[in-house]
Amino acid sequence: MRVVYLTMRGPVKAVDGVSFSIKPGEVVGLAGESGSGKSTIAHAILRILHPPALITGGQALFAGLDILEMNDAELEQFRWSNISIVFQSAMNALNPVMRIRDQLMDVMLHHGLSKTEAAERALNLFDLVGIEPQRLDAYPHQLSGGMRQRVVIAIALALNPPMLILDEPTTALDVVVQKDILQQIATLREKLGFSILFITHDLSLLVEFSTHIAIMYAGEIVEKAPARELCDNPLHPYTLGLMNSFPSISGEKHKLTGIPGSPPDLVTPPSGCRFHPRCPKAMPVCSQTAPLTKIISADHSVACHLY
Amino acid sequence: MDPKTKTTPPPLGNEPLQPVPLKNPVSTQLEFFQHLVIQPKAIIGLVILAVFISMAIFAPLIAPGDPSRFVDRPHRPPSSEHWLGTTGQGQDVFVQVVWGARISLFIGFSVGLLTTLLGLIIGMIAGYIPGVIDGLLNMFTNVFLLIPGLPLLITLASFLPPGIITVILVLTATGWAWSARVFRSQTLSLREKDFVSASVVSGENTSRIVFSEILPNMLSLVVSSLFGSVAYAIASDAGLAFLGFENVNNVSWGTMLFWASNNSALLQEAWWTFLPPGLCIALVSFATTMLIYAMDEITNPRLRSEKEISIVLKKFHIGAKRSTPVVKEPIA
Amino acid sequence: MIRLNSESKNILDVRGMTKHFPVGVFARARLVHAVENATFSVQYGQVVALVGESGSGKTTTIRMIARLIPVTQGEIFFEGADILKTEPHRASMDYRSKVQLIFQDPFASLNAVHTIEHHLARPLVIHKKATDRQEIHDRVCELLETVDIKPAAEIARRYPHQLSGGQRQRVAIARALAVDPKLILADEPISMLDVSIRMGILNLISKLKEERGISYVYITHDLASARYIGDQIMVMYAGHLVEGGNSEEIMGSAVHPYTQLLLSAVPDPHAGLRTRKDSGARGEVPSLIDPPPGCPFTARCPRVIDICHQVMPEQTEVTPGHWVRCHLFGL
Repeated sequence: MRVVYLTMRGPVKAVDGVSFSIKPGEVVGLAGESGSGKSTIAHAILRILHPPALITGGQALFAGLDILEMNDAELEQFRWSNISIVFQSAMNALNPVMRIRDQLMDVMLHHGLSKTEAAERALNLFDLVGIEPQRLDAYPHQLSGGMRQRVVIAIALALNPPMLILDEPTTALDVVVQKDILQQIATLREKLGFSILFITHDLSLLVEFSTHIAIMYAGEIVEKAPARELCDNPLHPYTLGLMNSFPSISGEKHKLTGIPGSPPDLVTPPSGCRFHPRCPKAMPVCSQTAPLTKIISADHSVACHLY
Repeated sequence: MDPKTKTTPPPLGNEPLQPVPLKNPVSTQLEFFQHLVIQPKAIIGLVILAVFISMAIFAPLIAPGDPSRFVDRPHRPPSSEHWLGTTGQGQDVFVQVVWGARISLFIGFSVGLLTTLLGLIIGMIAGYIPGVIDGLLNMFTNVFLLIPGLPLLITLASFLPPGIITVILVLTATGWAWSARVFRSQTLSLREKDFVSASVVSGENTSRIVFSEILPNMLSLVVSSLFGSVAYAIASDAGLAFLGFENVNNVSWGTMLFWASNNSALLQEAWWTFLPPGLCIALVSFATTMLIYAMDEITNPRLRSEKEISIVLKKFHIGAKRSTPVVKEPIA
Repeated sequence: MIRLNSESKNILDVRGMTKHFPVGVFARARLVHAVENATFSVQYGQVVALVGESGSGKTTTIRMIARLIPVTQGEIFFEGADILKTEPHRASMDYRSKVQLIFQDPFASLNAVHTIEHHLARPLVIHKKATDRQEIHDRVCELLETVDIKPAAEIARRYPHQLSGGQRQRVAIARALAVDPKLILADEPISMLDVSIRMGILNLISKLKEERGISYVYITHDLASARYIGDQIMVMYAGHLVEGGNSEEIMGSAVHPYTQLLLSAVPDPHAGLRTRKDSGARGEVPSLIDPPPGCPFTARCPRVIDICHQVMPEQTEVTPGHWVRCHLFGL
């Protein structure tokens, strides 16, 4: 998939040829920093990017249907019943002047459930995410941050979709609440069996939570592997750099270095491999040609000239 | 935006990279003006204003002679001798319009400058210094805001001797409160910003914080307030003159309207005596409004990007849709 | 009752610092107890990490030490002198040249209309560290090089929006360094930066501590970075300091239930996939408006006892240097 943002300085290639797949029941984590394109991809899959964004290529196949070929009416039916999304900041996702109950039922009514069915389902959902049913009548500002995030999750699960996109669901939350929410999501996943596309900049969260991880840098996927494999055997220098950016709370204290430099300007990205200006193992070829994705072992692929 | 990084040899160890120097680091203010002057709306506004200002400056060259001099029979329609005809007093309308620009524009810009200055001083002091001073200044401002403008204008104008200075004073007195209000609330919000706290922690004194740190961030607001005041002043001046509260022996667009009404121009169907000055007033207001719109467009990035996207969509024949459009061609 | 370290070893002693904000209008004004009775010390050349979630009062604490907001109650001793008595109304230039603050948002702390050179020159001029233009320019470039920004002269000419987040934060550090401070208060300096550049900033802070003997109060919500850079860690909850001590001690043998909760909640990639121990605490941070007496953690504490609802526990020593405020360790 390719996504472009039109800016006064020229088109920004936010996502430039990204491919990955999610099988039923998998949790695929998409890790990257600012400018990597991870959030853009998530919104592009559901075609909810706002101007000045344009999708300029690729396919998004869901059970054989190409989301990029659907028109508005088809998309309205498709969204939420097949793929839904939990946004980063629940504050922004909830309407401050509507009661929670109405927001929850809104999406269900829109997709054809009757009022009684929707009301009953709303109660079930609250039970699932662990909020007391009296809270249905509250307004968003009356709930704490963690509860609001649970409400957003409940809304996402309203139509029991086979796939859920989580866009930095816990970034705005405190670490204790974050752990709670993630545990809740894990439990729900076991119960309901949906797949997850988990987007975050916090690699440490992904390692605990996902089955597979893809690392994005400057609009491209640089490495993809099952979670354990990535942790034990990171190949791409960027992945190594990222792992070298998280101090631990136990064990020996090492000096960590992070990665020098900063994410590139996507209007004129670096030539060849986009990571080469910051790469400690860069070779002359890295600035000339972009590396192709090579499959190293089962499910583990990397885009780097070192391999 | 990140500085452009070209390809450099791989860094050793932990050294941060050397970015390629940008050609000319441009300040936010300069960039603002650079963007401003290429907007079509701004160009229209600036051109119109330039035309009128030159007209005022070069009046003796464009329309030589005394504008209040009697030249021909009254109420003659436009002809080759008198391009815009004659007034009810037998004066040349064209000459009057050209010379009238002087007074009208002078009043307009003076009042614009004075109200902005007064509004800035009062508004910024009230906004930055909390407590009693803010309370007092705020109350003072509110009083002037609440008093209905036109009656106050008329009351003041009737007491004071008619003349240009009076008009400027009166219009400033009734016009400063609105901009003071706006500047105060902008100062209040800027005061809470981290960079102001950082200046305090560095030991900066209050007046330098207000004028050197906060004020430059209010530039676009100040400029649009200035232009807004100019439009307000020109229109109000015309209104006052039309009602006879100014020295009607001066020649300005407003007094021309006064005399036109006095000489029953409508009844006489002498449209050339009131249409030209009226049009001039309207055009100057239009020009300043265009400039304000242009500034809005620049300071509000969403307006800009929406414009760009609609251009692209038109190019690829895609209608406006709710979902993200898919364009399967490379974008230049 | 712990005896505080003798004053001569401490650059900063905070005693009983309290901040109450009125909220609500007219006669029904209620009070937000943002910080309650904070007492701690910072030694020369030491980094004290203040850890807490958002709303715990850590930013307010630091702003009071930086004298940006007035103290409701309490004392601040800087280099042994009772600051609130010697300079009650405004901070002196002397204090401002010794105590500096770094903000969380690297973009908001720089003024978009001024060049980097201007930002760094102002403190130099105000505190008379340099007088003529050439000297100022040289000092500015020197400062930029100290924080690893190269090429210094080129960057000095630029405006904040032309720098990356990491560079801006380095400029903020350089600005703090311009006055030759002895104490730098850092308010979550890395939480708004990309993950890969955070370590660079933390390493810079450590380097400056070692090379120049600057002490730090480093605020964060992330225990891992607190451990990485802090010599001492203090934990704050709902405006109260609840535990403190040497950082390895706290990480390994924390005793306060809240600290244990925090530790169990941190995701640790190096530990691999492990099932996290559920410490059993539920709920969220209580409201700070007119709080009830007693320990604020009672609503969530898995080991709460009766007295916890009535009285805020005093500071008790667990091991030398490690103190806690919890009735489970009462006198």
